[in-house]
Amino acid sequence: MAEVTKLIHKYLRHEKKFPHVWCPGCGNGIVLGALIRAIDRTGFTKDEIVLVSGIGCSGRMPVYVDFNTLHTTHGRALTFATGVKLANPRLQVIVIMGDGDATAIGGNHFIHAARRNLNLTAIIINNNTYGMTGGQYSPTTPYGALSTTSLYGHIEHPFSIAELAVTAGAAWVGRGTVYHATLLDQLIEQAIKKRGFAVVEAISHCHTLYGRTNKLGGPAEMMRRQKELAVRVEKARTMSPEELEGKITIGVLVDRELPIFTQEYQKVREAARGAVGSKR
Amino acid sequence: MVQRAHGPRLTAHGLRDKGQAVLLQGNEAMVEGALAAGCRFFAGYPITPATEISEMMSRRLPALGGTFIQMEDEIASLGAVIGASLAGAKAMTATSGPGFSLMQENLGFACMAEVPCVIVNVMRGGPSTGLPTHVSQGDVQQARWGTHGDHPIIVLAVATTRDCFEVTVQAFNLSEKYRTPVIILSDEVVAHTREKIVLPPPATFEVVDRLRPNMPPEWYIPYEDTPRGVPPMAVFGDGYRYHVTGLVHDVHGFPTERPDEIVPFLNRLHRKISQHFGDIQLVQDYLAADAEVLVIAYGSVARSAKRAVNYARDRGVKAGLSKLITLWPFPRRLLEPHLRRVRAVLVPELNFGQISREVKRINQGQTRVEKLNRLDGNLITPEEILERLVKL
Repeated sequence: MAEVTKLIHKYLRHEKKFPHVWCPGCGNGIVLGALIRAIDRTGFTKDEIVLVSGIGCSGRMPVYVDFNTLHTTHGRALTFATGVKLANPRLQVIVIMGDGDATAIGGNHFIHAARRNLNLTAIIINNNTYGMTGGQYSPTTPYGALSTTSLYGHIEHPFSIAELAVTAGAAWVGRGTVYHATLLDQLIEQAIKKRGFAVVEAISHCHTLYGRTNKLGGPAEMMRRQKELAVRVEKARTMSPEELEGKITIGVLVDRELPIFTQEYQKVREAARGAVGSKR
Repeated sequence: MVQRAHGPRLTAHGLRDKGQAVLLQGNEAMVEGALAAGCRFFAGYPITPATEISEMMSRRLPALGGTFIQMEDEIASLGAVIGASLAGAKAMTATSGPGFSLMQENLGFACMAEVPCVIVNVMRGGPSTGLPTHVSQGDVQQARWGTHGDHPIIVLAVATTRDCFEVTVQAFNLSEKYRTPVIILSDEVVAHTREKIVLPPPATFEVVDRLRPNMPPEWYIPYEDTPRGVPPMAVFGDGYRYHVTGLVHDVHGFPTERPDEIVPFLNRLHRKISQHFGDIQLVQDYLAADAEVLVIAYGSVARSAKRAVNYARDRGVKAGLSKLITLWPFPRRLLEPHLRRVRAVLVPELNFGQISREVKRINQGQTRVEKLNRLDGNLITPEEILERLVKL
């Protein structure tokens, strides 16, 4: 335990920015721990990492860690990250978002970032609700669920974020839960190492709002539920859609080699230089 | 200084720029100005009448080692521009009214986080989709107050192709010097008027780069309250790990809700612009020194106004022109001496009177201020201005 604490403290702005804003029992801390452990294993220095976030509970994460940190506008984290990466491709840019942040207000940026395939890592913490504003329904709130803006039961159907990323063309997509903390470490590490746009959907819980409204218990009960619903992607491939109804598929959903934007752009530069040279 | 490209720098038409005359439209001259100022990143989204800027940037930047990207919308465009600037690039975007509306959110972020960048708005008729291919000056007050919250901003206007080059260089210089977004208001007529311009050789004009920290990282205070009001700006990856946020922050960049930290921060944000008015506010006077009637104009209308002043002088009317380059902060100190002296002022604009209201505000009843407004998508002609000038 002491070793773990030492590792975490190596990366935290622990003298400056604590206590943090998250509720006791929140999954965000587990994701932050997984992120730190993953970064430590990749060997990148603190100066090489840029951690970018949007707005919401997840958006507060960068302030706590000793990297180059950028807390942007709601939903726009990927656009800022795109600029950072293009201006300095040597930087390792990691984007942390929430479900509303990434797939509602930032939905357009999300699918286009996946399609564009820059070498970015996107981590989306999915807790099925807008936590910071008080528990309104989000694009991942299940049908029939209660929220402060669907008091009579939610009538929309949710996005599956990881599957959305696969369809939009991301090079690497994984899904984990905050219950499966070791797997989450591994997924984030693989995502950072992946050359191309890599997405990790981290299923989390908001017991304070979503859990309370829907009578799902506290953090322990909600995490037990993650454990019960989780199906490894290898096993899920052998199951029928009916069997998979309501389950959480965890693991690496897709890993493919696709042309990376910055490499392709290097070709554009060479072509442009050739065109300029021929005019002399 | 200007970063030199690989090999000789070329104009859009492949000419070496040893001060030769070239024929360029305003949009193209703006690209030349941006590149000369060191712009190496452009993100944009297609929109009339600004598209030529994107197209030319996509042709020119890659050969210079820079980057062009067409984003999914204008929100994303300005987001990418801000990100690129934080990573050390001089960055720009260009748009027109509808896109400029979408940019307001991230424009406020750039003000708050003090990120240098240049935003071109080639004004077209509005509101909404409006008159996409026709000239307007309807976004003057939006450029000042479009993003929410009390914020300082620098807005420059262009009237000629030459302005498009020079003012764009100036816009980058001001944004780097004061760590602020700078908006250039062009308009459809300036953007698409093709005229001769002599591109000045690089060594003949000033290019300013942002002040970067040179102290050890542990001494660096990213939002320090310096006498100039503009703290040095570290670039991501330089070893100065700091926090950038759109929340009100303390001198270290971390969010704060403490009144004793909020007030000094917001005061400095405004002071860094207000204490440098002399450097930021630019007005070009033409025959204004002995003028009895003065035209205050900007953008394409200033061209009609100049000709109208010449016509008026031919008829024995002592007319003059103050052409505004800086619209915001409004150049009060440069205009006040004229207002104390002249018999009357005419403010012709392609809107219902967005700058004439400012002139009236600073005039305080010293002289008579009259408006001349046109909103039909066409330029105010010299004759229309002359007709009013001789009656003033």
